[in-house]
Amino acid sequence: MSESAAGSSLAGTSGRSVSPALHHQFEDIEQQREAGNFGMWVFLATEMLFFSGVFTGYIIYRSLYYSGFAAGSHVLEVDLGAAMTAVLLASSFTMAMAVHAARQGNRAMLLGFLSSTIILGIAFLGMKFTGLNFHPAVDALRGAPEHTVELFMCFYFFMTGLHALHMIIGIGLLGVMAILAWRGKISAEHYNRVEVSGLYWHFVDIIWIYLFPLLYLIGGRYK
Amino acid sequence: MNTQDPSVGTYVFVFAVLLLLAALTTGIAYINLGPFNTVVALAIAAVKMCLVGLFFMHLWYSRGLARIVVLAGFFWLALMVSFTLADVFSRSWIKPPGP
Repeated sequence: MSESAAGSSLAGTSGRSVSPALHHQFEDIEQQREAGNFGMWVFLATEMLFFSGVFTGYIIYRSLYYSGFAAGSHVLEVDLGAAMTAVLLASSFTMAMAVHAARQGNRAMLLGFLSSTIILGIAFLGMKFTGLNFHPAVDALRGAPEHTVELFMCFYFFMTGLHALHMIIGIGLLGVMAILAWRGKISAEHYNRVEVSGLYWHFVDIIWIYLFPLLYLIGGRYK
Repeated sequence: MNTQDPSVGTYVFVFAVLLLLAALTTGIAYINLGPFNTVVALAIAAVKMCLVGLFFMHLWYSRGLARIVVLAGFFWLALMVSFTLADVFSRSWIKPPGP
């Protein structure tokens, strides 16, 4: 009995009340947050290996059929690719700001930045969709064997398609976060869900940071 | 220590540098550097990845745990890529037996 009294007085003096957001298996909210982040990082490490399969295949076939890959790369619109990169980087910035707002407990700012991230993500996908409409002339292939250009296009569609799939999942995730924020379920104390969603979003951004030069800029664009 | 919050100014600065690097990598593609076009493009991509990872993903401010996971991820990536490439590019070194 004296022990429990001492315990409660200790909790009282340290000013730490048990948060309703704290799950029972964790000591405190900080440990819970770190466990959440750790889980997302481990998932991202597996995602990295998942993507590295296609990247490894890309390296091998690019070195085997370089002329075909360079010709295929020149069919793509480099200006559009650069603009898509800028849009995605902007979405990463607004995502970082959303996590910042969540950490401050600023609901209006969080909602604003979450929705701008979603809009930028949709804009990226829309730009990708317009970029799919190409009909290269045979002389655009610059003498490279046609089937090697086709191989490049396979990699292009598969890598960007896989990336777009991750974007769609990310947009859905952020939509859920926006609903949670709207309902007031995100607080300065309990914002970990927004934080891990942000980690995922930035990871997808990093994949594109590599896809842009690897797909759009092969062999340079100089005459 | 681990919850030090990067300021809004840091985010804006990192975003500006990222946009600059994206413009730079596109611009350099129009200059003939021979095989170094690819090297430079990948180097710029690596710098951009580090900026996003360190500041947007808070690795700069985090404790060791997340960093260890990232290093482990890169370690396995290096194993996978290097062993696969070692296989593919050394196949022609040994002639298959036969007539």
